[in-house]
Order: sequence, then C-alpha cells, then structure tokens
Amino acid sequence: MTISVTDRDNHTHVLSLQDRNASTLMELIADAGISILAECGGGCVCATCHIYVQNPDTVPLPAPSEDEENALDSAFNVKTNSRLSCQIPLTEALKGIEIAIAPNWP
Amino acid sequence: MARFLYVYLHGEAQLYSHSLAWAEIIVMALIETDALIIGAGPCGLFAIFELGMLDIRCHIIDALNQPGGQCAELYPEKPIYDIPAVPSITGQQLTASLMKQVEPFEPCFHFNTKAHSLSDHGDGRWKLTTDQGDSFIASVVVIAAGGGCFEPRKVALRGIDRFHGTQLHYAVRDPERFKGRRLVIAGGGDSALDWTLGLAGIAAELTLVHRRPDFRAAPASVKKVRELIDSGRIHFQAGHLSGYSGEAHLSSIKLDNGTNQVELACDDVLAFYGLTAQPGGLSGFGVAMEGGRVIVDPERFGTNLSGVYAIGDIAVYPGKLKLILSGFHEAALMAHHAKTLVHPAARNTFQHSTTALKHILKTEA
Repeated sequence: MTISVTDRDNHTHVLSLQDRNASTLMELIADAGISILAECGGGCVCATCHIYVQNPDTVPLPAPSEDEENALDSAFNVKTNSRLSCQIPLTEALKGIEIAIAPNWP
Repeated sequence: MARFLYVYLHGEAQLYSHSLAWAEIIVMALIETDALIIGAGPCGLFAIFELGMLDIRCHIIDALNQPGGQCAELYPEKPIYDIPAVPSITGQQLTASLMKQVEPFEPCFHFNTKAHSLSDHGDGRWKLTTDQGDSFIASVVVIAAGGGCFEPRKVALRGIDRFHGTQLHYAVRDPERFKGRRLVIAGGGDSALDWTLGLAGIAAELTLVHRRPDFRAAPASVKKVRELIDSGRIHFQAGHLSGYSGEAHLSSIKLDNGTNQVELACDDVLAFYGLTAQPGGLSGFGVAMEGGRVIVDPERFGTNLSGVYAIGDIAVYPGKLKLILSGFHEAALMAHHAKTLVHPAARNTFQHSTTALKHILKTEA
C-alpha cells in the first residue's frame, strides 16, 4: 500500500507503509525526511502539519474532529480539503490517497 | 542622544529595563548571576529547581510574557498524561506547579525578553545580551529554548510584510489609532474576538474574517460578537485572506471563501492567528547545531562551549526524545555538571531532595 506526498517544492514522493513505525500520516511524512514542521509533535494544537487531500472524492476520510477544526483555525490557506496530518491514522482506508503539504508560514 | 546608565547587580534583586524618555536615559542592567536560563518552559523552570538544590542562583529570560512556554501558550487547557506520578495535568497546571516548586530558590524572571548575543566574558564566564538592552554575566548559560521564540503567526501573503507596523498589525498597542479607520480583523480565537469587541465602537467600519462561522473563544465574547454581527454594527465574512491590493499603501484585502473571491476596501488589517515558535534565534551564538537544534553530549548536556548547556526540545543527541520528562532528567544531569563550574571547590556529593531541601524550604520536614 502506498501514499503519494507532494512536498513544498512540488516533488512527489511515493511512500510505502510497509516497514514503517509511523502511526499517523504526519509521522510517516516526517520519517521519510520530507519537510513538515509538526511543531507540537502530534498534539493537535499548532496546525503546522497542515496538508491538503488532493483526491478527497476517491479516498474519503472521516470528518475532522472539533479539536482538529479548532487547530485549523490558526493555519493559513485553509481550504475545504485541508487536514492536519497528525490527526490521520495510518490505516488501509488511506490506500491511494494523494496529499500535498500546505505552504509554510513565512 | 541617549545616555546609558549601567546598573550593577549581583543576582539578588530583580530589575527590569526602562526607557525613560523624559530624562533621555536608558537604564540597561548588567546583572551578574550564577546561571542564566534561556526559556521559562517546563525544562527551564525545572532547571531552576535542580540548580537551586546545588546552591546555584538563576536568572531566567523568556520571549513570552508568562512562564510555561509551549505548555502555557499552545495547550494550557489540554491534559498531559506522561508526567510520572501525575496521571493527568493540564499545561497551565503543570506550569503553576513548577512555579510553586521553584519559588524557594527565588529565581529572577525577565519576561518579554529575547536572547540577543552570547560572548566570552574573558574570566571563564559568559556575557549574554538581550533585545531589551540588558546584559547578564553568568558562569553557566542554560539554553532551554524549546522550539524557539514564540512570535505571532504572520499573514502568509507575498510582499504584505512591507505594511507590517503601518497597516498590518499583529498586536494592538493603542486602540485610538484605529479611530475612524476601516478595519479587517482576521482570526477566530480570543484575541480576534476581544479586539473585535474592543474596536467595534472606535473603527469607522469593522469586518471580522474567519474561515468558518464557528469561533473558538470565551462563550461570552462569542455571544457579544454575534450580537454585533446580527445588529449590523460589524460585518462577518467567511473565508481566508488570499491577496491584497496596493503598492505603497494597502488599499484592500482579498478573501477566498472556497467558491468565490471577495475584495474588501480597508485601511488596516489586524491578524490574530496565534503564536508559533520561531527557531533560529541562537544562530550567531557559536553553539554547534544540527537541524535547528543544539548538539549536546548526553552525559552533561554541555554544548561545544564550556559552561553553555542545552536541555529540553532544543537539545539533540542520539536517542533524544522530545518529552517533558526527558527534559527534567536533562536538567538534573546538567545541574550536577554545572556545579563543578559555579562552585568548583565544593564536593559534588549527591543528596536526595528530602535531605537537601529541608533547610531551604524551612517547612515541616
């Protein structure tokens, strides 16, 4: 099972879930050495692991929790397909998902 | 022409720098202390305790206006579950408990103060200057800076930075400057709502911009803001800031609400997206770094500079875990090594806090 991640330089990385210890999408991205800030380390407070789900229609995810919505309030360029990658557990449901890392804060 | 008056202190009294415009004197403190700690987060606070146990007096600086670092700023209300013997505690409670724990050691706090430069003082001690103009001479400098200095999140639109301080604001110092102006306030938290309420009667026109109609703020503020919106005294626009117009002068801000673009003519934009830790404040200090963090040896938590230590999230060594409890451990080992520099003649005998603190706390033993 693979996941496609487009970084801020517009390079696309295909990550395999096998042989990885990550439990969330944020950890998977960070472990792969792709630049993502994730300042609070997965605590759903800083919104610096902000991503866009590029194909939400083909890979539907459960709606964000109230906690995630609150944290997204402090992110910039929030769109309808915005999510916090620390709040997305790595499961079979992510099969074929394409995500892009949201722009960094200046 | 400013004259400078240096005030020499020996680590006992607390002194803040003042800018006395009437006398054209800037009071800059030169403070001598055993240890200077950069960062009043949980690890910096606990370092006061560990150093205090070994009779090392501390001054502590922090960029924020309160202690607690990330715990106080990012998750004051969120429970932390991995503090040994404490099943659940909020960031705010942890900070308050640590403050109580270090109280007997009479630390001197300097808030709203950032480290500016670090240099060798020539007598085995370090000189640290701050952005407030103060200087500290310390035998030991402890970097407990976490993820960096907390600063307001900036509006991420190319070039809009040139209006910062004139038409783009991240804080309000003088509400009267917005009298008769057309304001756009961006954000949905307490700061955004508090200033919406505070400036609604002052500004000529006020539009609150937030990505969704739900606000995360004190219920009383949310209620009042809704009343202002419903009565038409202020406007609300859902969406995010997507652009602006104006070269020398900001004339309007553009919003994207997911389906269309809206342009709002305005004189000032106030953005309240919370704070974020900005790393990089330590560049130029001469400490060896890796990936924005300070390299330490996991035995003493010393850096490449003798007498300069790093603990907590800012420190990196093989196997490092960014946990509060790891930072506490690092503070203890750092303090025991720091003692050999501050009190070189003293025997480094280990004492349990039960015995060592009896004479300091002077409470029921």
